[in-house]
This record gives sequence, structure tokens and C-alpha cells, in this order.
Amino acid sequence: MVPLPELLAIDGAMVVVVAWLAIGLAGVAALHNLALVARVLFPLSAALSLAMAGVALLAIPGTPQTAILPIGLPDLPFHLRLDALSAFFLALLGLASAGISVFAGGYFRQGEGTPPGLLCLHYHLFLAGMATVLMADDAYAFMVTWEMMALSSFFLVTTNHRIPEIRRAGFLYLLVAHIGAIAILLCFGVLQANTGDYTFGNMRAQSLSPFWASCAFLLALFGFGAKAGILPLHVWLPEAHPAAPSPVSALMSGVMLKTAIYGMVRVSFDLLGSPIWWWGVVALVAGLATALFGVVFAAAQVDMKRLLAYSSIENVGLIVVGLGLAIIFAAYRMESLAALALVAMLYHCLNHALFKSLLFLGTGSVLHATQERNLGKLGGLMRFMPWVAWTTLAGVIASAGLPPSNGFVSEWLLLQGFLFTTELPNPYLAMLVPVFAAGVVLVAALAGYVMVKFFGVIFLGRPREEKLSQAHDAGLLERLGLLWLTAGCVLLGLFPAAVIEAIDPVTSSLVGRGLAQSGRAGDWLLLAPISAERASYSPILFLLVTAAIVALAFVLVRRVYHGRVRRAAPWDCGFPMQTARMQDTAEGFGQPIRQIFEPFYLMKRELPTPFDAAPRYRVTVEDPMWGWVYVRIAAATEAVSRWVGMLQRGRISIYLLYSFLTLVTLLLLTQA
Amino acid sequence: MSPLTGQVINLFASVLLLIAFAMLAQRRIVTLINLFAIQGLALVGSTLTVAWATGQHHLYWSAGITFVLKVVALPLILHRLIRRLNVKWDIETLINIPTMMLVGIVLVVFAFNLALPISQFSQSIARATLGIALACVLMSFLMMITRSKAVPQVIGFLAMENGLFFAATSATYGMPMVVELGIALDVLVGMVILGVFMFQIREQFDSLDIHHLEQLKED
Amino acid sequence: MNLEGLVAQLLAMAVALVGAPLLAGWVNMCRAWLQNRRAPPLTMPFRTLHKLFWKESVVARDASPIFRVAPYIVFGCMLLASLIIPTLSTNLPMATAADAIALVGLFGLARLFISLAAMDIGTSFGTLGARREMLVGFLAEPAFLMVVFTASLISSSTSLATTVSTLAHREFAILPSLAFAGLAFTMVSLAENARVPVDNPATHLELTMIHEALILEYSGRHLALIEWASSLKLFAYSCAGLAIFFPWGIAEANDHVALLWALPALAAKLAIGGFALAAIETTLAKMRIFRVPEFLATAFLLGVLALLVHLLLGA
Repeated sequence: MVPLPELLAIDGAMVVVVAWLAIGLAGVAALHNLALVARVLFPLSAALSLAMAGVALLAIPGTPQTAILPIGLPDLPFHLRLDALSAFFLALLGLASAGISVFAGGYFRQGEGTPPGLLCLHYHLFLAGMATVLMADDAYAFMVTWEMMALSSFFLVTTNHRIPEIRRAGFLYLLVAHIGAIAILLCFGVLQANTGDYTFGNMRAQSLSPFWASCAFLLALFGFGAKAGILPLHVWLPEAHPAAPSPVSALMSGVMLKTAIYGMVRVSFDLLGSPIWWWGVVALVAGLATALFGVVFAAAQVDMKRLLAYSSIENVGLIVVGLGLAIIFAAYRMESLAALALVAMLYHCLNHALFKSLLFLGTGSVLHATQERNLGKLGGLMRFMPWVAWTTLAGVIASAGLPPSNGFVSEWLLLQGFLFTTELPNPYLAMLVPVFAAGVVLVAALAGYVMVKFFGVIFLGRPREEKLSQAHDAGLLERLGLLWLTAGCVLLGLFPAAVIEAIDPVTSSLVGRGLAQSGRAGDWLLLAPISAERASYSPILFLLVTAAIVALAFVLVRRVYHGRVRRAAPWDCGFPMQTARMQDTAEGFGQPIRQIFEPFYLMKRELPTPFDAAPRYRVTVEDPMWGWVYVRIAAATEAVSRWVGMLQRGRISIYLLYSFLTLVTLLLLTQA
Repeated sequence: MSPLTGQVINLFASVLLLIAFAMLAQRRIVTLINLFAIQGLALVGSTLTVAWATGQHHLYWSAGITFVLKVVALPLILHRLIRRLNVKWDIETLINIPTMMLVGIVLVVFAFNLALPISQFSQSIARATLGIALACVLMSFLMMITRSKAVPQVIGFLAMENGLFFAATSATYGMPMVVELGIALDVLVGMVILGVFMFQIREQFDSLDIHHLEQLKED
Repeated sequence: MNLEGLVAQLLAMAVALVGAPLLAGWVNMCRAWLQNRRAPPLTMPFRTLHKLFWKESVVARDASPIFRVAPYIVFGCMLLASLIIPTLSTNLPMATAADAIALVGLFGLARLFISLAAMDIGTSFGTLGARREMLVGFLAEPAFLMVVFTASLISSSTSLATTVSTLAHREFAILPSLAFAGLAFTMVSLAENARVPVDNPATHLELTMIHEALILEYSGRHLALIEWASSLKLFAYSCAGLAIFFPWGIAEANDHVALLWALPALAAKLAIGGFALAAIETTLAKMRIFRVPEFLATAFLLGVLALLVHLLLGA
């Protein structure tokens, strides 16, 4: 790819950001005009997203470009930098938000608490904030835009602010976001190593002692992990994602979590220079615990958006596992393997952005059509909403990590990376890390279980409620958004070699090596990161051969035998009184997982006795992290506050005494 | 020393490791005793192989004693003991089984890496198995810690001794005969004493649950 | 891709299509002999398939297109699996399309579609079967992958063709890791192919079914395709096991003589394997459904142990 002249890419990105802000302001101008906001402004924003994606894709292989904006305090302007890593994440932002914005144009309805114009403003502030975070080149710009991102998403989450649970969810989200922001700020403080210059360029040039570098890394992991949803800072995710409207959930889950990942990669590989091996182990363990926790809880959910939120937690865990692996390889100077792990991680970021957005948007359509979020009240929607169902099926296959979808490619790459960990020089790591691969595989298998539950209970079977037969399919804009994301998933799955070629400049800039693909003909067909004898996977061949066999079987059977079909009532072993309520509920489908993984949950059961006149069975599954971590921290905080509160006596003489004592102490000190 | 001998010993070592894990996961006490007997058999097999390969005759005697003691006598005693004490199951363990498996895996890696520098000094054909032997010892210890009835703890103690014996034969071609007879006698006597203890415990508390022993403190 | 490879591939496909029902028939015959019954003829599965293809397919009124398309997709996946696994020769052009990990993913794809099809009708047995199938699958898949990992660590490759070449050319050595992996693989095969002790393929009691409950609503050509796909799955699993653990007899590239011997070798190995399967089915009893996770967890642990033993002993 020929890089365009120096000044174009970052300027293009800035133009898109400013245009987004302009659209936001235009929305404020037309505060209650739903038609203008939905039909004109959001699709325009989607077009801008596409432009952003194009600019970013062109910028990935180019040299890093910088710009200085005069915004900000005097003497402290915004520094911006567009290098390969930023460009990759910007492309991710553009591709995902294009589909989401188009969908949002068809999704937002009147009367949902916030007027549509204000919603438009918040949405575009969110987009602009995320884009600028990805381009920020000094701590000041980073924190300002990070905060802008957090605040605008808070307002987006509390769109339907009339409902108290949603307000609570928003508050929790803001709280955890700020705890994370404090940690990130401290991390930047450590990184600038007392020089007072907060630009990233300066931080790169510093070489910190291992102690301070580890502090910075752990602070970054904590701070960015709070935004990404790593255990135990994930508690806001299952509350905030269901509370927000679906396009916002999609944007948050698909793109915002990735900005946190971007932050982690930026700090650990770029700003900190050479990583230390045990950082990778910490990331690996944290990621695997998060992934396992997320998927086990997803299997027990009955609210479809909470299920997807926990599934996001699982995917973030897998991404952090990839990051940990890359850090371990990089610490031992095994650059090509670090590149493999990094590619797996970045690919998974891209995949997750697309398929998770697709799934959330699908649930948005279902929610609009049926007003139900509870899986126990849905079912059989495939007949009434075929567009939504088929596109969601593509997302489900991708999320379950099955070939030939894109989810499988990133998982395949990750497992290949794990297979090389036996070559690590540290004998403990060389033996323990392959065992972690077992955990990754378990998570992947459970993800398949969760996705079958999700799709099967919502779209298949028979409608569990009468009103579901009135469900209508998605509108035109919604369909466009869903189709765009589906096409993205399919293309990313079928042409992995091309995607890896696009990601290579990123890994080259981070660890010095890309995944070398020898320039053989037919390379676009095959994915063989190391060599064809070592491991290879060709999704196109896979799909073509399967499709050919299916088509051949179809034709041959009809030719040799016949193709008659008779429609009748379901057989069901001759049971005549089957009702729709006799299907599995969501709890029922998740019951085996609940039974096997019982120690993970905090389950409360209400079981009826044989003597109950009106027997009731009730199971609630709660997050044990609340009790272990948060309630204890809250109790400790309250205890400390009460203790400090003893200072407040209410009598003026006591307060005057405090001032007097302080004055005396200071005089004594100055004397000494 | 043909490579086949080394492979056979590796095979026995793996079987030992497998049995150590299986004992961690087993809840039926009858099966535990049978696993212990099979562990004894694997031990006999590996000792015989080393004896045949290196021509050390005292190892044949060693194998014979092991067979009589650990494959025949001790399991018989244990079976009779549990029949008279009427324990069949160990219902709860202190930590659940998957966690114990994970800890077991970590212990194996730890033990192996610990033994790596030592095994490099050894001249014998089965140096790598020293780590596995150490791991078996550690895992039997773990089993002793996490069980709540007395009989599995005793079996854990015996399995520890098995692991030590394997370490000795694989790394140093067996211990001097005197030491070995001494240990064997120790184990036998220990079994008798432990048997007596178990009856006493049962009489005192009417159950073999070791939690009851906590009542024996100054209050 | 050269002509020889293409021929080998087509031959593999033909052998799979014909051999899979034959294998299923052979296992039934052995089981009948062991149970002192008169055995059905070896070609019985072909007759069953022919009969089913002739029958009309009865589909529930509420069924969506997924229900009708799933049998074809499952059949396609299973046939593709038998094209990837080196049964007769390692010179397979399709081997570059998917390695062992993709093979596991392929089985997962088939499992997903058949579970979705079972949930499609909306009967309690369908969803019961789907839930149980996914339960067995989610535990069997990691165990299978651990076996694949161990094999790929030994042969430094995840491509099945390379694995076979490497393992067949090693001088004979007792590898404890492969022994454990083999045990784990046997357990996983029993679970995935719905054999006793996990599931009884000949049961009529709906509450004990796993695999049968999934296909309760299918009839006619759809059922024929699914039955064929099940026997193809058993064939694929057996051949995968043979390829990893008993690779002798599989022809290498440019070895035409060996290709002639490969077919009788495969037939002999499958015959022995089928008899062993029938013996296992006759001697073991079916487990309660909630013992199955423990069974599969044992298989998973054996797989991890195999990996560990390989890393520790280098064997």
C-alpha cells in the first residue's frame, strides 16, 4: 500500500472527529426532531465512520504522524500521534461504529427519557472522545478525552433515566470508571519519572528501574482493567450494558472496551520499553480467571443482554490472555512468537468488536419488537424476524469460535501461540503455561454452550408468550447495520491472511517483527503463520468444500430418490398435549453448568416442600465478587470514615483548638 | 543399558503419577486401597527392571519384599481394618476435587523443576523420574492434609513411602539393604500402631472423622 | 496439488462413504455376537439408509429452515472431517485446509447445528437433547484438544498429515504420554459418538437419550443423512485415533505400493477397533447423566496429564 503524503492521515482523522462533534451539535439544535436526527444525522455519522476506517487503514503501514492542537491550557497543548497501533484501533472504531450508527438511526424511538437531539450529542461526543483517546500522545490529552468518553457514555447509559435501576447502573459505572481513571493517572505519573514532561515521547525515552516499571504496569493493568472489565473490576459491565440502549451497549462493548485494551498495549509495549516476564504471567492469570468467570456466569443468565455482557467479559479475558502471552514471549526476546500472540490478540479485538456489536444490535431489534429482555418470555422469533435471526446466527457462530467464522481464526492463532510456550527458557513457565491452554480451550467450549442457549431460546422453538406473534422484523436502517457487521464477520473469517498482512505493521512497531508470510502464490487462500507443515488453515477451502458437499448431497438425493416433504404436528414421542411452556427455559438450559460450576456462584434457592398449596421454585444467581470484594471494601471505607468522623465534634471550641494545635506544631517545626 | 529399559521405567513412572492423581480424586476407600496395591505393583515392576538392567541382585530381594509387603500384606490388613471399622466412603474432602487437581499439577511442575539440578548429577538411567517421585511424595502429603477421615490419611502416609522408595531405586539403584529392611519394618509397625489408634478414636468419638479430634484441646 | 493427491483424496472420500456404514454394521455384528444374539448382516446399515431415503420426510409445521438444512450441514462437516484425516495416505490436498484444531472446530460446528435443529421444534425432548449434547460436547472438546496438543508437541505440528508422518517414522518406543492420550481419546470418542457408557445408541427410553433425543423429529432423507453422518463421525474418530496412535500402514506421498496396502491395513485396524468398541459397550453399563461430566473431566485430566508427562519426561 502506498502511504499517502505525510500530512493527510492524521488530518483526515481530525476532520472526522470535528465532523462528529458538528453532527452532535446539530443534534442539539434539532432537539426533538427525531426524523432529522435518526434518518439524516446518524447515517451521516456512519458514513464518517467509514471514512475514518479508510483513513486509518491507509495509515497503518505508514510512518507515525504527529500533530499538536492548540486546545488545552496555555503551555500544555494536546499532542496527537497516529502510529500503526492507533491506526489499527481507529480502523476498528470506524468499522464497528459504521454498522452501529446506521442501526441506531433506525433504532431510536421517541419518548425514551432523553430527547433524540441530546442523545445524538452524547453519542457523537462518545465517538469523538474514543477516537481522540486513541490518538492522544500525552497524558493530559489522554486523561481529558478519557474523561470525556466516560462522561458521555454515562449519559448514554442513563438514557432511560426515569427507571431507578438504570440510574443505579449508571452510577456504578461512573464510580468504577473513575477508580480506573485514578489508577491510570498514577500510572502516567510513574511513567514520567519526575521529569515533569507528560508527553508519551518523553515517557518512551525514560528507562525506569524494574520496580517502578512494574508499578506502572500493575497500575495500568488495574486502571485499564477497570474499564475493560477484568476480574474483580467487572461488576459494572453486567449492570451498565443491559441498562443502556442496544446501540450504546454495542458501542461500549465493541469499541470502548478495546480502547482500554489499547491503553494496556500502549503502556506495556510502547511506553515501558522492554517488558518483564512476570507481568505476562499476571496478565495471563488475570485474563484466564476473567474469561472463565465470564463464561460460567453467562451460562446462568436469563436476561439476554446480561448474558452478552458476561460474554464480553469472557472475550476481554481471552484478549488479556493473548496480551500476557505476548508479554512473556517479548520478555524472553522470542519476537516472532510475541508477534504471533499479538496478532492473535489484535485479531480477536477486531473480531469481538464486530460480532459482539452484531449480537447486541440483534437483541436491540428483539427488544423493540417484543419489549422483552427475559429469555423466558421469548422464543420462536425466527419465523417473525428472519433478517435479525439469520444475521444473529452469523454472530453466534463467530462468538462460539467455530470455523469458518472469524472467531475461530483468532482462537486458532492463540492456541498456536500456546503450543510454542514449551520452548520458553524458564522451566517453570515452559511447563505451566501449556496447561493454561487447557483453560482457554475450556472457555472456548463453554462459549459454544452459551451461544446455543442464547440463539436457541430466543429464535428457535415455539413462542413462549402469545404477544410474540406480533413481533415485526427490523427496519431498513437496522437491516443495513446488521448486514454490514455480518459482512465484516464473514470477510474477516474468510480472508485471514489479508487481515494479518494489515496487522503486521502494528506488531512490527511493537515487537520488531511481523508474522512472516513467505510470498507464495495462493497465500490469500491459506493461513500458515509458521509453515504449512507446522499448521495451516484455509477457511475458503473449508467453506467451499462444505458448501459443495451440501449442494451435491441435496441434488443427488433429489435426483436418485425424491424431495417430498409433508408438514405435520411435531412427533414428540406421541405426546399430544405439548405446549410452548414445556420447552427448556433459559434457567433450565443453564442448569448443568450451574451444577458443575457451583463453587463459582452465589446461589440462593427457594425450594417448595411437598406440603405447599402453591409451590414456588426460585433460584437467583448472584455475583460472589460483591460479597467478597466490594461489600468488604465498602464496610472498611465506612469504618474508616466513622473513625475520621470522630474529629467532627460540633463544638466551636474544639475546632479552634485544632487550628491552635496546627499553628503551634508548625511553629515548632519551623524552629527545628 | 538399552533405551528400552529407560522407556519402561518412564512408563512405570507415568503410571505412578497417574495413580497419585487418581488417589487425590478418589472418594471410595476400597478403591484407594486397591490403587495403593497397584502402586506397589508398579514399584515392583520398576525395581525389577532396574535390577535386570544393572545386574544388582539386592534389588531383586528388594522387589520381593516390596511385593510381599505392599501388594499383599498391607492391602489385606487395610481391607480387614476398614471392614471392622465399617468405613466405606470419605464423603467430603476439605477442598473440592478440581482445586486439588490444579494444586496437584502445580506441585508436579514444582517438584520436577526442584529435582532438575539434582537429577543431573545422578548416573542412573532414570534421572528424569526423580522429579516424578518427589511429586508423588508431595501429592500423597496433599492427600493426607485434605482428607477428613483417618484411613485415607494412613494410605497417604504409605503412598509417601512408596514415592520415597521409587526415588531411591530410580536415582541411586536402591538403598543399602539394612536401611531398606529398617524402613519396611518401620512401616509395618507403624501400621499396627495406627490401626490401634483408629480403634481408639472410634471408641472415643464413635466415628473416624478427624474433626472430632479437635475436641481434644484445652478449653 | 498433483494428480496423485487428488486420486488419494477421492479414494479417501469413497472409502469413508462406504466404510462408515460398514463399520457401524460391523460394530453391531460384534455386539450381537458378544451378547449371544444372531447378528444382522454386515450391509444392514446400507439397507436402512436406502429405506430411509425412499420414505417421505415429515417435518413439523413450526420448523424453521434451520431444521431442514441442518442434516445437510452436519453431513457435509462429517464428510469434510473424513477428508482431512489421513486414512489411506498422508498426501491429501485437503490436509492444508484444516489442521487438528480446525478438525475439533469442525465437530463443534456440526454439534452446534444439530443442537439448534433440536431446539427448533420446541418440544421438551428436543431441548433436553440439545442441552445434554452441548454438555457432553463442552467437556469432550477440551479433552480432545488436549490429546491433539500432546500429539502436536510430540510431532511439532498440528497438521494431521505431518503428525502421521512423524509418528510413523519414529522407531518403536513406548511413549507414556501417548498411552495416556490414547486412553483420554478413547473416553472422548465414546462420549462424542454416543456410545455406552455415555449414551446408549439403541435406547428407546427418551429420558436416557442424548444423541437420539436430538434427532427424534427427523424422518426420511433427513434422518438418513444424519444416520450416515453419525457413522461418518465414528469412522472419522476411529481413523483419527488410528492416525495418531497406530499410524503404521498409512501411505506416504509418492509411495504407490504402500497405497495398495493401505486399504487392507485400514480395514484390519478398523475391524479390531470395532470389536474392541463392541466389547467395551457390552461390558460397561451406561452412566447416569450427571456422572458423564465426571467421566469427561477424567478424560480431560488424563489429557492434561499426558501433556505434563510429555513435558517432564520428554516422552
